[in-house]
Amino acid sequence: MSRHSDHDFAKVRADFPVLTREVKPGVPLVYLDSAATSQKPTAVIEAMNNYYRLSNANIHRGVHTLAEEATALYEGARARIAQFINAPSHREIIYTRNTTEAINLVAYSWGRATINAGDVIVITEMEHHSNIVPWHMLVAEKGARLAVIPVTDDGELDLADFDEILRQSPKIVCVTHMSNVLGTITPIPEIVAKSHAAGALVLVDGAQSVPHLSVDVQALGADFLAFSAHKMCGPTGVGVLWGREDLLESMPPFLGGGDMIKRVTLTDFRVNELPHKFEAGTPAIAEAIGLGAAVDYLSSIGMGAVSQHEREIIGYALERLEEVPGVKVYGPRAERKGGVAAFTLDGVHPHDVAQILDSRGIAVRAGHHCAMPLHDRFGLAATARASFYLYNTQSEVDRLIEGLYEVKKVFA
Amino acid sequence: MDDMYRENILDHYKNPRNFGKLEPADISYEDDNPLCGDRIRIDIRLDENARVKEVAFSGKGCAISQASASMLTEEILGKSLDEVKQIDKKHILEMLGIELGPTRLKCALLALKVLKAGAYGIKDADN
Repeated sequence: MSRHSDHDFAKVRADFPVLTREVKPGVPLVYLDSAATSQKPTAVIEAMNNYYRLSNANIHRGVHTLAEEATALYEGARARIAQFINAPSHREIIYTRNTTEAINLVAYSWGRATINAGDVIVITEMEHHSNIVPWHMLVAEKGARLAVIPVTDDGELDLADFDEILRQSPKIVCVTHMSNVLGTITPIPEIVAKSHAAGALVLVDGAQSVPHLSVDVQALGADFLAFSAHKMCGPTGVGVLWGREDLLESMPPFLGGGDMIKRVTLTDFRVNELPHKFEAGTPAIAEAIGLGAAVDYLSSIGMGAVSQHEREIIGYALERLEEVPGVKVYGPRAERKGGVAAFTLDGVHPHDVAQILDSRGIAVRAGHHCAMPLHDRFGLAATARASFYLYNTQSEVDRLIEGLYEVKKVFA
Repeated sequence: MDDMYRENILDHYKNPRNFGKLEPADISYEDDNPLCGDRIRIDIRLDENARVKEVAFSGKGCAISQASASMLTEEILGKSLDEVKQIDKKHILEMLGIELGPTRLKCALLALKVLKAGAYGIKDADN
């Protein structure tokens, strides 16, 4: 059972202080909610701590030592984030608050400048609300129209009618790279090739993929990629919009204020260059530095190894979940998805499943996971979701399964 | 065993009292908890003195929301509408006899929210 990679990943747990805590006396934490937010390694906590203890100052404007240190840390993180996703230039890395804000930035800036009445915007049935609602708002404002790529019974994108949708000449195709419910990994390069051939841009929601897969924006070929720090070992409060430089150059600014300008008069302003053009106001400096540390941490382990580890865990988890009578898991087979298992247990509401698991120290999510249309697709109000990351182990899967038998006993 | 899943809660969840619909009814109201998708409808028939003569609830949800609705229907039988309007959060928690965190409190209070909206004659959001 004990492979080389298992041994390495056993050591990973020691990097995450919270994993040593007990939920209540004698009940250790089994954290299976990383799709909601990941835990943070010491390296990230220390990077932010050190910034506040040693170098705290506002960036870009000061000439004093601390201001220059803070600017170097903030911009250094940007450069390493660019490397992490193989972006051609750090100017293409826009700090946002999170994935949601990154998508909204595109919808407000690019969308309001580009979309006219009757235009078509494509989304999919498996999107998180953050990649649906900004488009609803844009469509309503402009009198445009949404077209939707459906989901198959197996939880994959149903691309059978995609060519048909593309014949409507959509302006943009907005698609998740990995479903936060089903774990489905979508065929982005194929979607990009077809969309580009039809003249549509592609925005990829990478909130779940960037933390768990090796993501190379040049290999994906997409035009925009949005992701959040807090799901990839970094802090809350900072995320990234990556966009193709020529597109970002052509887009009007999003929020107006300090730092996004070159010059302001009482009658006009001139926009700053990329990436600052889209970063109005004092940003989340410590958090950006924390994201830089998270990227360093993940890179030191290697995203290939992270994915491989999660693939082993999810394979084992699906195998074990299927042993439990009354459990139904949604989504594709292990080899076609990331480390996410959304499931239901006959006769027990997902909230009750999660509550009883919590009493045994096991943290899973219950609800619609901000993907109501996807739950509607499967005729469900809610699911329970166990999601895994680099610090999870097979023995934690065993604890989940024991917990589910306990749930069945309570509701027998 | 988790304290929240006491025998009386599970009993009301598995064998809900007054489950179903009354058509026609004097008061019908339905609402959901957007957080978890739990949905509850309550139908009430009043007697000539405006007391609850018959009551039924329907919907689906977690053990806490369903047990709370089931217990509440037993609680209000024979009560006047004014008495129904007096029922509050404290009352529901005493009825359930368990301690709840802020998230599950919403589940426990869903039936009360539906009942009160109905009793005060608020128009059903879906109609």
